[in-house]
Amino acid sequence: MSALGELQRMRRGSGGTLGGKRDNKAAFVFLLPWFAGLLFITAGPIVASFLLGFTDYNLIQPPTLNGLDNFVRMLGDARLHNALGVTLIYVVVSVPLQLAAALALALLLDRGLRGLAFYRSAFYLPSLLGSSVAIAVLWRQIFGADGLVNQVLAMFGIEGKGWISDPSTALGTLIVLNVWTFGAPMVIFLAGLRQIPVMYYEAASTDGAGKWTQFRKITIPLLSPIVFFNLVLQIIHAFQAFTQAFVVSGGSGGPSDSTLFYTLYLYQRGFANFDMGYASALAWLLLVIIAAFTAINFWAAKFWVVYDD
Amino acid sequence: MMTDLARKALKHAGLVLLALVMLYPVLWMVVSSLRPDNEIFRRPGLILDSLQTHNYGEGWTALASPFGHYLANSAILVLACIIGNLVSCSMAAYAFARLEFTGKRLWFAIMLGTLMLPIHVIIVPQYILFSQLDWVNTFLPLVVPKFLATDAFFVFLMVQFIRGLPRELDEAARIDGAGHPRIFLRIILPLMLPALATTVIFTFIWTWNDFFSQLIYLTDPEMYTVPVALRSFVDATVSTSWGSMFAMSVVSLAPVFLAFLVGQRYLIRGIATTGGK
Repeated sequence: MSALGELQRMRRGSGGTLGGKRDNKAAFVFLLPWFAGLLFITAGPIVASFLLGFTDYNLIQPPTLNGLDNFVRMLGDARLHNALGVTLIYVVVSVPLQLAAALALALLLDRGLRGLAFYRSAFYLPSLLGSSVAIAVLWRQIFGADGLVNQVLAMFGIEGKGWISDPSTALGTLIVLNVWTFGAPMVIFLAGLRQIPVMYYEAASTDGAGKWTQFRKITIPLLSPIVFFNLVLQIIHAFQAFTQAFVVSGGSGGPSDSTLFYTLYLYQRGFANFDMGYASALAWLLLVIIAAFTAINFWAAKFWVVYDD
Repeated sequence: MMTDLARKALKHAGLVLLALVMLYPVLWMVVSSLRPDNEIFRRPGLILDSLQTHNYGEGWTALASPFGHYLANSAILVLACIIGNLVSCSMAAYAFARLEFTGKRLWFAIMLGTLMLPIHVIIVPQYILFSQLDWVNTFLPLVVPKFLATDAFFVFLMVQFIRGLPRELDEAARIDGAGHPRIFLRIILPLMLPALATTVIFTFIWTWNDFFSQLIYLTDPEMYTVPVALRSFVDATVSTSWGSMFAMSVVSLAPVFLAFLVGQRYLIRGIATTGGK
């Protein structure tokens, strides 16, 4: 079962194994690297970035407390508001499209289709390549004014435009890129479909249920935990998109800030301007937003996710 | 049953067409890297008139160091990260899967929580810490976290795998007087080779592709890895040679593609059981 299923089960208090002999000493030794990582690399920095959010810090002079200044500044920061909008559009548009493509293909590929392994590989490969700088370089070319897309359109007599240099379509090219990487969730859907016992379908068939009814009454409910899992993970993942926007826009988030992802703005503030206090406050806002989305997802899951345990 | 056959054929035709559309840009980049520069903006097809390899020679030497230098940097980094993940994640996973200890549920929940933690939230304090240790422009900020089991994805993957191994094996070894280090090294580790293989391949691909943290920690051109070098290439050659940029992009994707060919089985199993990125 997935990490999310595990968390949900723990939340409902039905998991875990207690009792038996405790091995605190051995456990401590085996977990020593992990504890150190928690302290210095993950949990520690979360706390530190919270505290830094209330300071002014440029990495050279020691940080000085400035109260709520950073948060007040956020309210009037037009580029931040723009970045939030760009990121929300990216998440809200690309994740459903990506998951719809993943689910559709998983359903098409299910159940003893000839050449399944070939198709699965072909559709999965882009999700391994998609986060690389090389693919971003390629995207810059194919959606450029003289790029591959316009060359193909020209064959049909359609005149294209500079998709990346036009602020109204630049974000769209990045959404296409995210949808292109539907292979990873597709593989998870395929694994989920395989766990649905065939006898359910056989029983439904003998009872005279058609394909569509079977899909609605068997496949969808039994697959809903996997849909939920993919939804949560892909949303979290999409909020963190950085590389493609950075390379396509040359680090600026342009044209006219139309590809200024939240993470890109955070990078500019923190690592181009060394405005570390403000960047920490931004990082915390990102954490709160992602946590809120995840919490809403978990809450909404009550209404549509079916658990059989 | 002619219609059934026709429907099947149609389905395959559709799937092949979709696969082709999806992979076309990548194939076209490979072909274009073997063409003269001026053809890249004129020829959407895949047929090569002649095989021109000069883009590769030009791209290889276009930056301050030959491209092989960046490939070597990336290879060293990837190797160190793989070792770190194998050692630290397997130790943590053994504890979570096989040992009982105080607060286990809480620690395990925290570990799962870090699985979903965006790196951007911790990067600023991390950067401050590493710059105070004078580690910027070394591989240490990228490698040390891997030795501290911070890739929770792999800890979880291995926990799942170890849970599936029969406990009788541990019990038998314990009756023979083996302690935990011995059970871990002699029994569990050899049995979890498939999970370790998955870890190797994912760590390879993710570290090879990772851009954000390498961009932040490696600013000295001597220390550039492939993604950072490729990106500086883009900035340096805004109007000039797409051919050589494509050539080096192909070079940078080739190892990922090879890892995919070799380790497909482990990748797909890993992603199916834990639901990776």
